[in-house]
Amino acid sequence: MEEIIISVVQRTLVAGTPLLLGTVGEIISERSGILNLGVEGVMAVGAVTAFIVTHHTGNPWLGLCAAIVAGMLISIVHAFASVSLQSNQVVSGLALTMLGLGLAGLLGKPYVGKPLSIKINAMPIPFLSDIPIVGPVLFNQSPFFYLAILLAIGVWFMLEHTLLGIRIRSAGENPKATETQGVNVSLIRYLSVLTAGGFSAMAGAHLSISYSKSWIEGMTAGRGWIVIALTIFALWNPLRAVFGAFLFGGIFVLQYMLQPLGISPNFLAMLPYLATLLVLLVGGLRDSRRLNAPAMLAEPYRRGER
Amino acid sequence: MLHVKVSDREQISALGSFLTLVLALAAGMVAIGLLFIISGVNPFFAFKKIFSGSFGSLYGFKETITKAIPLILIGGGLAVVFKAKFWNIGAESQLLMGAIFGTWVGLNWGPSLPSPVIVPLMFLAGFLGGALWGLIPAILKLRFSINEVISTLMLNYICAEFLTMLIVGPWKSPKKFGFPYTDDLPDSAILSLLPGSRIHTATLIVAVVAVVVLTIVIYKTRFGYEVRVIGENPDAAKYAGIDFSRTTMLIMVISGGMAGLAGVGEVAGIHHYLSYPDSISSGYGFTAIIVAWLAKLNPIYVIFSGIFFAGILVGGDAIQISLGLPAATVAVFNGTLLIFLIMGDFFTKNKVRILAGERG
Amino acid sequence: MPKPGPLLFFWMCVTMKTIESLEMINISKSFHCVRANDNINVKVSSGEILGLLGENGAGKTTLMNILYGIYQPDAGEIRINGHRISIDSPKASIDHGIGMVHQHFMLVQNHTVIENIALGYAHAPWLFPQKKIRQRVISFSEKFKFDIDPEKKIWQLSAGEQQRVEIIKALINGAGLLILDEPTSVLTPQETRDFFQVLEKMRKDGQMIILISHKLDEIKRLCDRVTVLRKGQVVGHADAGHLDKRTLARMMIGRDVIFSFSREKMPRKEKVLEVADVRVDGDKGYPVVNGISFEVYRNEIFGIAGVSGNGQRELVEAITGLRTVTHGQIRINDIDITNQSARKIHNTGVSHVPEERIRFGIAPNLFIYENAILKQHHQKKFSRRAFLAYGRIKAHTRQLIKDFQVATPSINVQTKNLSGGNIQKLILGREIADKPDLLVASHPTYGLDVGATEYLRNQLLRRRTEGGAVLLVSEDLEEIFELCDRIAVIFQGHFMGILESDDPRIADIGMMMAGTRDLKAGEGADASR
Repeated sequence: MEEIIISVVQRTLVAGTPLLLGTVGEIISERSGILNLGVEGVMAVGAVTAFIVTHHTGNPWLGLCAAIVAGMLISIVHAFASVSLQSNQVVSGLALTMLGLGLAGLLGKPYVGKPLSIKINAMPIPFLSDIPIVGPVLFNQSPFFYLAILLAIGVWFMLEHTLLGIRIRSAGENPKATETQGVNVSLIRYLSVLTAGGFSAMAGAHLSISYSKSWIEGMTAGRGWIVIALTIFALWNPLRAVFGAFLFGGIFVLQYMLQPLGISPNFLAMLPYLATLLVLLVGGLRDSRRLNAPAMLAEPYRRGER
Repeated sequence: MLHVKVSDREQISALGSFLTLVLALAAGMVAIGLLFIISGVNPFFAFKKIFSGSFGSLYGFKETITKAIPLILIGGGLAVVFKAKFWNIGAESQLLMGAIFGTWVGLNWGPSLPSPVIVPLMFLAGFLGGALWGLIPAILKLRFSINEVISTLMLNYICAEFLTMLIVGPWKSPKKFGFPYTDDLPDSAILSLLPGSRIHTATLIVAVVAVVVLTIVIYKTRFGYEVRVIGENPDAAKYAGIDFSRTTMLIMVISGGMAGLAGVGEVAGIHHYLSYPDSISSGYGFTAIIVAWLAKLNPIYVIFSGIFFAGILVGGDAIQISLGLPAATVAVFNGTLLIFLIMGDFFTKNKVRILAGERG
Repeated sequence: MPKPGPLLFFWMCVTMKTIESLEMINISKSFHCVRANDNINVKVSSGEILGLLGENGAGKTTLMNILYGIYQPDAGEIRINGHRISIDSPKASIDHGIGMVHQHFMLVQNHTVIENIALGYAHAPWLFPQKKIRQRVISFSEKFKFDIDPEKKIWQLSAGEQQRVEIIKALINGAGLLILDEPTSVLTPQETRDFFQVLEKMRKDGQMIILISHKLDEIKRLCDRVTVLRKGQVVGHADAGHLDKRTLARMMIGRDVIFSFSREKMPRKEKVLEVADVRVDGDKGYPVVNGISFEVYRNEIFGIAGVSGNGQRELVEAITGLRTVTHGQIRINDIDITNQSARKIHNTGVSHVPEERIRFGIAPNLFIYENAILKQHHQKKFSRRAFLAYGRIKAHTRQLIKDFQVATPSINVQTKNLSGGNIQKLILGREIADKPDLLVASHPTYGLDVGATEYLRNQLLRRRTEGGAVLLVSEDLEEIFELCDRIAVIFQGHFMGILESDDPRIADIGMMMAGTRDLKAGEGADASR
């Protein structure tokens, strides 16, 4: 029984890792005011790039770096459309998803069914991983897991306690005021979207070079959309995102495990989305100001001209 | 030193707007052509295939119309809600709900009722299903201030899981070799097709009529006026005594209902039974967003943008088969085209000049 | 209270980027076809307060926005200390030592005072900026006798307090030139007096200030020199010694302003509006109208004077059906309309010219004829059952723009392309054309040029003569005195007094607006709060 629990928890953490990575990035983007619906596409691009580069170079770390760069590059499309062209962010986000999924499928076709010989395995942390129960669960995980946690904490810190964080948050709350203080809102938003792209790509890379070692089209399996839900569930707070990512991850791990108990896996799969709605519902009943949604999220901003 | 100067474009003629659209498409095609070249495919051959596959041949054209039907229905409804700046991203699930309600009616009442009775009943049920599901995000927004982009996205997933629950559980047919499909609809419930095609004419007529009606409603009635004012300036709408709640709920009933109709069309006209969400909705709910946007939110133009986009989908399928390109190509195609259309849209709203000299 | 003077001087020397002279030469700027600035020449020297006088639309704010880097001029140059400089963004402007306090505050409502200041502070540290600049902010705050809690969120502050945050923001970057855009528009008379003192001290310490205002008294009191703008052009300069209100006013509008309208006394007729012990909650959930009662009759203009933010907006919204009344009753022609819908109230004969006209009064992208029927579109005369009768609507619009002199090439133009004054005329025309029993006008001439202002005021008087009742809410005392038969002064949700316009106690109106004089508490009473 104990082993089952440990296994479930371990798998939960693994399942939640790409969700957390993607969410932390999306939080940055949305707090700067840009709604990025292209996460699914960028994740796919990250996964395929990491796979291909690892396949050819034998070095998964290089694959990871390449994935991040690729994610950022393709996100330029959405950044350009949303910031410079002030286009409808829903439409350009969907365009990015299409493009990303399509390019990934296209580029990845020759590599289907050819698993990698090397992948990024779990890295036990000395001493800590020997602690009974907690040890193997928390401290014998893929480096992506540690990275995700560290990045979540780091981004939280950046947003709350640094000048850059104040600027990003202000750009999302009141871009006009921010611009008149001498801050380049367009630049902040561009960088936020690109950063989010890098994070989403990292999440994708986790899938293809750590979680598994193969590539198939559609391996992102809707995780990108879950990230978007998670961002709101976490109320745009990276620390809450940690909790949320592993909660959502846990549900997917338990989904089929609880089936023999008569609980429909589809019902379980609904839960994260219902939970997100519930969180918002409760928040909306109270002061909506406390919801912390960036005031100008998804509103295009034009500098200067009347 | 060169710099770019962007300024508002005050007015643009309909002709100018159209020309910009055509230019954007052309530019998009050039980009796609380059992608073809990189993939080792002759771009001219590819385009020829796309065109003949979608509009150039009779068969292709019929397929295009078939795919255009749900796009026109859903796109028309979306044009209405988007005009009021209510971002309904949930048409996928509204379609599915319509399909579910319609299938229930078809399976349960179909065997005992003749076609002329059961078919309208199914459509009604489908409209109801989509409308009810569409009402949920409206209420969530009005009562709980929940952003509709989020709620409709969530509801998409919830509905998809619900449908899956139905087809693997209580609605699973014993006659389908263990596949999670429902029983086939009875003959009377199946929509008749235009001979030699897969066009389910009933739905097509409903689509065109609905869209024409919606256009009249938007531009000629008091209700349509109120919808437009809400979209332009919700504060002014409130000041003008426009009932925000009632109007919002009504437009979501319309949009959800239209998507529901499309759902019935797909099941009763194409598939004849319910199966996995993805095969029933095929992403129409998302594609229709682009169709509506392309039509500049004018319901009557949705007919054209719907046919156009359906052509792209069908043409994409065609080159998949004939050139052996993976399905993902179509997605790249669509994505690239969309990006150029976004840029074109930008140019209809803004003048861009490249000037020499110092700034300021 | 410690004297801020010497310490202030020290701060200024240490942190201020002194500018000896600033010139704007031949600046021109157009928006679409409107020439906002036409060959403007302005010069300011160190230790001088320059007033920029002009009506709204004269181009003052545009000119200063160019100086602050928000807009780029089409032509002309800017020189600091004789050197030509280029300002292509607010950041560049701040780097050159220019700071601006805008008329509409540039603050992030959801963030704290400290976070807002850190946002624009050029030397804010990257790590823990809130903690590190806290002391600096508190010092600045104390120097000017501001009383700001740095941890409070902006939405929790009053307008006056928010302005102080704006001033700290501008000065903390060591601005050698401080631009103030209509700074006293949100201040009580007492706050204004304090504000003047702060400016005097700044001037003594070598700060260069440009003060934008349309208030002659202010300009005369504070400025060394004045530059007068009219319709985008400089029409004159004047020195402190030669400042004369009448001359300035003439320069501002091109002719003598008639400061009084002819208003014959009219006997009061039937009661139209009755407000009985009404209480209303504000946006933040607590009451902002605390038991107000009054009546308005036909053939009268009833004015509510007071500084913005004392509940008048919410009171108007309650009367017009846009806000819930938590206690009390409102009756129109003796019909109880308390908490009825806006449309029902409109149907009983109430029209409303809203405070923020673009925000509430029109749908900018729709055509003029579509906006001309904004509140009346459901009426029989404009619709045939569910359909709009465009023929009748367009005819009505053409008549409207003729009657109310709305300048527009056609009725098929998007409403946003009209000037502010013409939009206001359109709105007023729309509301008056119905001959409403009660016309509620909120700050109707705010931001309009003198021609439009005069016209609108005459229309209000005409409505009164024709037998209507007018409820006028305004911050402009001149307007209140000119037009109103009776005047109520609102402060913190109460009426401090309701007076006939010829009542000598009107002289205390300033004190009533500031809350230090409450007539209801008895003759000569001074409320101690």
